[in-house]
Amino acid sequence: MDLNSRIPEGPLAEKWDKHRFEMKLVNPANKRKFHVIVVGSGLAGASASATLSELGYNVSCFCFQDTPRRAHSIAAQGGINAAKNYRNDGDSVQRLFYDTVKGGDFRAREANVYRLAQVSVNIIDQCVAQGVPFAREYGGLLANRSFGGAQVSRTFYARGQTGQQLLLGAYQALEKEIARGGVRMYNRHEMLDVVVIDGVARGIVTRDMVTGKVQSHVADAVVLGTGGYGNVYFLSTNAMGCNVTATYRAYKKGAAFANPCFTQIHPTCIPQSGDHQSKLTLMSESLRNDGRVWVPKKKEDCGKKPGDIAEEDRDYYLERKYPSFGNLSPRDIASRAAKEVCDEGRGVGPGGRGVYLDFADAINRLGESAIRERYGNLFEMYARITDENPYKVPMRIYPAVHYTMGGLWVDYNLMSTIPGLHVIGEANFSDHGANRLGASALMQGLADGYFVLPYTVGNYLASAKLAKVTADHPEFKAAVDKVQAMTDKLLSIKGTRTVDSIHRELGNIMWEKCGMARNEKGLKEALELIPKLRDEFWNNVNVPGSGAELNQSLEKAGRVADFLDFAELMVTDALHREESCGGHFREEYQEEGEAKRNDEKFAYAAAWEYAGEGKAPILNKEPLVFDNVHLSTRSYK
Amino acid sequence: MSAGGLNLTLHVWRQSGPNKAGKIVDYPATNISPEMSFLEMLDTVNEGLITSGQDPIAFDHDCREGICGSCGVMINGAAHGPMKQTTACQLHMRTFKNGDEIWIEPWRAGAFPVIKDLVVDRGAFDRIIQAGGFISAPTGSPQDANSLPISKLDADDAMDAAACIGCGACVAACPNASASLFTAAKITHLGRLPQGQPERYRRALAMVTQMDIEGFGGCTLFGECQEACPKGISIDTIVQMNRDYIVAAASEREEKVEMGAG
Ligand SMILES: Cc1cc2nc3c(=O)[nH]c(=O)nc-3n(C[C@H](O)[C@H](O)[C@H](O)COP(=O)(O)OP(=O)(O)OC[C@H]3O[C@@H](n4cnc5c(N)ncnc54)[C@H](O)[C@@H]3O)c2cc1C
Ligand code: FES
Repeated sequence: MDLNSRIPEGPLAEKWDKHRFEMKLVNPANKRKFHVIVVGSGLAGASASATLSELGYNVSCFCFQDTPRRAHSIAAQGGINAAKNYRNDGDSVQRLFYDTVKGGDFRAREANVYRLAQVSVNIIDQCVAQGVPFAREYGGLLANRSFGGAQVSRTFYARGQTGQQLLLGAYQALEKEIARGGVRMYNRHEMLDVVVIDGVARGIVTRDMVTGKVQSHVADAVVLGTGGYGNVYFLSTNAMGCNVTATYRAYKKGAAFANPCFTQIHPTCIPQSGDHQSKLTLMSESLRNDGRVWVPKKKEDCGKKPGDIAEEDRDYYLERKYPSFGNLSPRDIASRAAKEVCDEGRGVGPGGRGVYLDFADAINRLGESAIRERYGNLFEMYARITDENPYKVPMRIYPAVHYTMGGLWVDYNLMSTIPGLHVIGEANFSDHGANRLGASALMQGLADGYFVLPYTVGNYLASAKLAKVTADHPEFKAAVDKVQAMTDKLLSIKGTRTVDSIHRELGNIMWEKCGMARNEKGLKEALELIPKLRDEFWNNVNVPGSGAELNQSLEKAGRVADFLDFAELMVTDALHREESCGGHFREEYQEEGEAKRNDEKFAYAAAWEYAGEGKAPILNKEPLVFDNVHLSTRSYK
Repeated sequence: MSAGGLNLTLHVWRQSGPNKAGKIVDYPATNISPEMSFLEMLDTVNEGLITSGQDPIAFDHDCREGICGSCGVMINGAAHGPMKQTTACQLHMRTFKNGDEIWIEPWRAGAFPVIKDLVVDRGAFDRIIQAGGFISAPTGSPQDANSLPISKLDADDAMDAAACIGCGACVAACPNASASLFTAAKITHLGRLPQGQPERYRRALAMVTQMDIEGFGGCTLFGECQEACPKGISIDTIVQMNRDYIVAAASEREEKVEMGAG
């Protein structure tokens, strides 16, 4: 497998400029003749679709929601990073680059991260031009806040609804292009296969979720911006529809899947309240700017009301263990620390799976109204879900699955190992290594979609010599037949288990064996359990209804079928990586409770190649070379 | 039944497809935890339906955090149910008491045809945005973001209006099935900002015109929309929209005259 990262030559800071100059351009008169398919309308997909259309390409955009504006990006709360240095606190492209590589525990590709930091500044300018109502100071200039893993204040935000406002900006640009005729939008369409002809991606197969019609779409290039796979755990902060289907099916067609075991467990989520729970709710990390995390020092105090526990009996464990970053320690570290204190029996709330996030000090210092101004909507959300008033009693939080750093492998041009198939946003693996810093996903999605992909796709189209292909091509027909056969199969089983019950069981296995902490024994057990559950699914699932109508159970069944396959790949990856790094914590590899990397053996991206039904996937390695940052032990002490 | 579990009777609109006849069907919902969200209650009922060989109730949902705008049903005649500023996915069952009867129906509006059960087609909202709900700022190299200071008050007002999630509750709650609050929210968001000025009047004209084309009713300032809006969008935005529309209607003539003269 060709894992050429195609990093341009030259000094780090000049690579992107140089590359942009060297890339081929498509003659403006010809752009209209090129059809580009973009799957996904989140920050990555919507920004890419709008920009490609503005450039003159003929674009089709797909999403499974009823409108592009509902993509999961809408739910992002806290903010978006950019190296603007508006605070004059020492930020720079170099620092954002460094923080991201270090935060990712040295498992990301330097050149991509540097480019991300470079274009971050353009994103804010672009979004403001579109009318994104970022928070402002009284002087009229943009406000900033700090986020976990950074010591500078570089996060831009729109109340607690940053993702919503950024997505609406991109969505509006997309709708503008739809109205102009540059983009054709396919809502309520699910992509179920990528079609590869003569070794290059030439289109996709979709199912119209309202009529059930399975259809071929031919293109000159395909872009996947289909988001992350956190829902493999069933419970996560992701929207219910988030899935691995698009990327997993591309994997089966030859796209390498990189670092699938790198998942992020977010430290500040509302704890689970019962078995009925369908998803978990994130409380933005920005709360850790003003909230202090603690648990009782003594187990006996766990049942007491928090107000009855004296100051000296509280353990502000993040401040104690990580004095320089304290409550703003990176996510993986804060999550593990919470698990640790709960494992010690010092957790609070139902099942002892919770820690306090306390605003009392901040309210005393700044007043309730200042806190309301900063976090009002988050506090309301918390109150609505838990029926508790966080202005009066500390919030209870617990880590939950939140983001997936792994994804389809891409080169510097964001192209997968299938030529012509590009991958952007959370769906690719490129920028966050083994742990993503807060407010960096929005940045990456928009960097990819607005400022990187539109150039690199042009370069691909200008260089590729594509034969004319129609939907009658045997590869399209075969893909349609396969999709139809899978639908028929799922509908024919009519067993006794619901799709959700099997998904829940899979989630449990993954959370227990491949969650916040992993070990060889547990991972091997998972490799026994998953195939058994997959058999149960394929023999005993009950998918009601037919394929020729809106059928939400059928949609879910297809996604869970892919999760069941993908889970095995994830566990395989976790088992092979005999080190701890970022979100991947292998209990066997630690030093005084902290993750212990093994740079000698594992300074590479693991890109897994599909070897066929029932065969073990093939491991390919992209060595990671660090010329510009010094590989060090990540310390936030 | 475990302690605190609710037993309820649901009366749910079932309709097998677009243009098919629908009807209310009754279902028991037993042992419902007060900690559940309304949609989790529906999940539970659906699990039971599937297991007993029946077709589950179709409803739109995704984020379950009150932000994507996917969910939305009439609950006992109120859009998103009885809690103020709360979407159906954020409504918790502790709002109900044991023995309650709950009527669950889709949004009812000519411009929102039913697709199945509680799922409706809200594509008209996208087309209203297409008509002009944007600022034309193609991706490129705009000026530095801080070279355009915007007063905090304007930014806050814009943000208040921009908080709209496009769920359609305003239409469902309105006796005229008007989309004025949705349309006005976007016009206000963009019209409050300096970046939005060049297209301000064109935008108002085009969006209001599209709203009419889609078959939404006219606004008679009942105010039901504001009550139903899960994001608390104010009806003041409609006043703003009407003002911009009037200016636009007048200047449209001038624009045409100018064009003719040139
Ligand atoms: C609760 C929450 C809060 C967050 N807060 C922040 C934050 O403050 N800052 C930050 O930087 N990041 C945050 N993140 C992370 C960030 O929101 C996401 O990583 C990012 O928005 C992903 O964007 P995307 O465009 O890659 O994908 P998504 O927004 O997930 O979009 C995926 C798109 O693909 C489509 N799609 C998927 N599969 C298919 C298919 N098979 N067929 C057709 N279409 C398909 C969907 O319809 C959708 O349009 C948060 C995440 C969560 C869960
Ligand atoms: S499901 Fe997203 S708002 Fe209710």
